[in-house]
Amino acid sequence: MRDVAVVGFAQRQMPEFDGSPTCVELLVPLFKECYEQTGWTRKDVGFWCSGSSDYLAGRSFSFVQAVDAIGVIPPVNESHVEMDLAWAMYEAWIKIQTGEVDTALVYAFGKSSAGVLRRTLALQLEPYTMTPLWPDTVSLAGLQARTGIDAGLWDERAMAEVANRSLTDAEKNEYAVRKGGSSVDELLGRPMYADPLRKHDCAPVTDGAAALVLAAGDRAREVRDRPAWLTGISHYVDPMGMGVRDLTRSPSARRAGAALDLDGVEVAELHAPFSHQELILRSELGLADDVAINPSGGALASNPMFSAGGIRVGEAAQRIWSGEAGKVLAHATSGPALQQNLVCTLAASTSATEGAGN
Amino acid sequence: MSRTLQAPVTVAFDYTRSTGPVIGRFFSGLRDGVVVGGRTSSGEVVVPPLEFDPGTHEATTDFVEVSSVGTVTSWTWVPQPVKAQPFDHPFAFALVTLDGATAPLLHALDVASPEDVTTGMRVRIRWAEERTGAITDIACFEPLAPGEAETPNEVAASAHDEAVTGVVVPVSLDYNYAASPEESLFYRGLNEGRIMGQRCPTCQKVYIPPRSACPADGTPTAEEVELSQTGTVTTFCIVNVPFLGQKITPPYVSAYVLLDGADIAVLHLILGVPAEEVRMGMRVKAVWKPKDEWTFSLENIDHFAPTGDPDADFDTYKHHL
Ligand SMILES: [Zn+2]
Repeated sequence: MRDVAVVGFAQRQMPEFDGSPTCVELLVPLFKECYEQTGWTRKDVGFWCSGSSDYLAGRSFSFVQAVDAIGVIPPVNESHVEMDLAWAMYEAWIKIQTGEVDTALVYAFGKSSAGVLRRTLALQLEPYTMTPLWPDTVSLAGLQARTGIDAGLWDERAMAEVANRSLTDAEKNEYAVRKGGSSVDELLGRPMYADPLRKHDCAPVTDGAAALVLAAGDRAREVRDRPAWLTGISHYVDPMGMGVRDLTRSPSARRAGAALDLDGVEVAELHAPFSHQELILRSELGLADDVAINPSGGALASNPMFSAGGIRVGEAAQRIWSGEAGKVLAHATSGPALQQNLVCTLAASTSATEGAGN
Repeated sequence: MSRTLQAPVTVAFDYTRSTGPVIGRFFSGLRDGVVVGGRTSSGEVVVPPLEFDPGTHEATTDFVEVSSVGTVTSWTWVPQPVKAQPFDHPFAFALVTLDGATAPLLHALDVASPEDVTTGMRVRIRWAEERTGAITDIACFEPLAPGEAETPNEVAASAHDEAVTGVVVPVSLDYNYAASPEESLFYRGLNEGRIMGQRCPTCQKVYIPPRSACPADGTPTAEEVELSQTGTVTTFCIVNVPFLGQKITPPYVSAYVLLDGADIAVLHLILGVPAEEVRMGMRVKAVWKPKDEWTFSLENIDHFAPTGDPDADFDTYKHHL
């Protein structure tokens, strides 16, 4: 297994991007920041992989035009996933493990505001018996939240505590589109939106893009004194039928976490677009009370589609670079109600690198 | 003036899906007013039936009829329904475990307010007036009044010999589509009778329409360039085949026109000359529609027509083929 680290990260998050859904003009400055962080040019990047969705963009092959932001003379080694940035990173990690390349720049983008996001995402669902009813993202999360409330696993107050902590932490995050904590009682006093969810329980619709830079071995050490070594990476998926899942649980998140050594994790960036989902993830990953959860403010502060999961990796990696933490965890989700989950650990030391969870 | 041009766009497509033996069996049942579940190897009765058993991964073959009356196991309120949901007024989505099933089914619940829903309440299926073999044959769930006999809704008998083998799922998505600032420059130019491009500061190539970044080197295009209305046919095809939505009677010529000063050709029509006379190197010029018909569109240029000048030398366009 090769030692691979995250050595670069750039992001943009905003309520509404006034530009084309190919987001090329957003990506150009992100790549520039990545070159500045690494000292590289585009010719030092061995592999490129992007994450995006044509349904979000409302046009076919939307990722092809985004390649303009790279420049393709000489030709580049490039791929795409119809998934979050975190999965593009996973593909790049595998590419580096093959030995074919030593470096990769992965990026993702999405203009959620171009359509009705919670409706567009119904296209992720089982197409025979679910999509024709157009169950929106918020409704599916609401069913999940209620299941846990009825089971006594959490309550509205616990959900509001997550939201209040996220909005308070987001005050330090220049990219957060929603920020400013108040008090749990004040949040509970706000009107119900999609009962049992209030608006602050749901991630805001967010446009944006992000990029991560990966490098192997000495290439990583050349870039940073403290590279954020990817010491473990794992992902699993739960069934697509909502009826056969215990919605109070996320077995795929638990399995992904169980494949890794989570002892000693100091910071966890969890991709939880709904407040109760942080509670589920915390339990499934078995995170101790002293683990700092989402110091960035997390997805409740901003949730750009197809980059928000990868942003968790970037936010976590920064804690290693800065010396603030020695071991961190990043999580990304996709699909309805925490259906698909990717977990990785990053550390200042390369010891005990673990393989991908089968 | 906003930075970019924006316009509503609807992208729609009817997906025709084959159902296979399991979902087909479920949909055949709905069409006939019967709910069919599938029994798994662990003894669960799942509605809709799973195509493959989660434990053994064998195809599901054990089908069970369940009741059209059941119990709400979870629900959520939908205050602002989105297009094509079962109701356009506020309603609940619910997970309902039908009597005889062990796993819940997702569907809409027709109630007036969240105060009218509780977990554990008894509900029954309201069937659609016309049933075709689709999940929408269930119009929704509706509450059973307290004390009301737990009877299923009357359902019109239907006599079909044929099993459902396919379903059409219409997908229609509405967007507010924004052009990039560079594309907006191009379309605004067309609305003024001008053809605008931009030059890459790194490789000096002139792109039309201008792009947010040069695809060759990744540099944002910067300098605005107004292009000539005259150019050269680099390559072309004669369209002989009629197709849906065609606006001109075949045969006609669709060609790449390399405008003087540009490094990218534009695709347009060549008219005003018999199709068989169009050739590579032919010099052509833009023929605009009457000004009062102009919009923010390349269609403002009706077509390109021969200038009558001698053909361009091959060397002048060979790098743009
Ligand atoms: Zn260039």
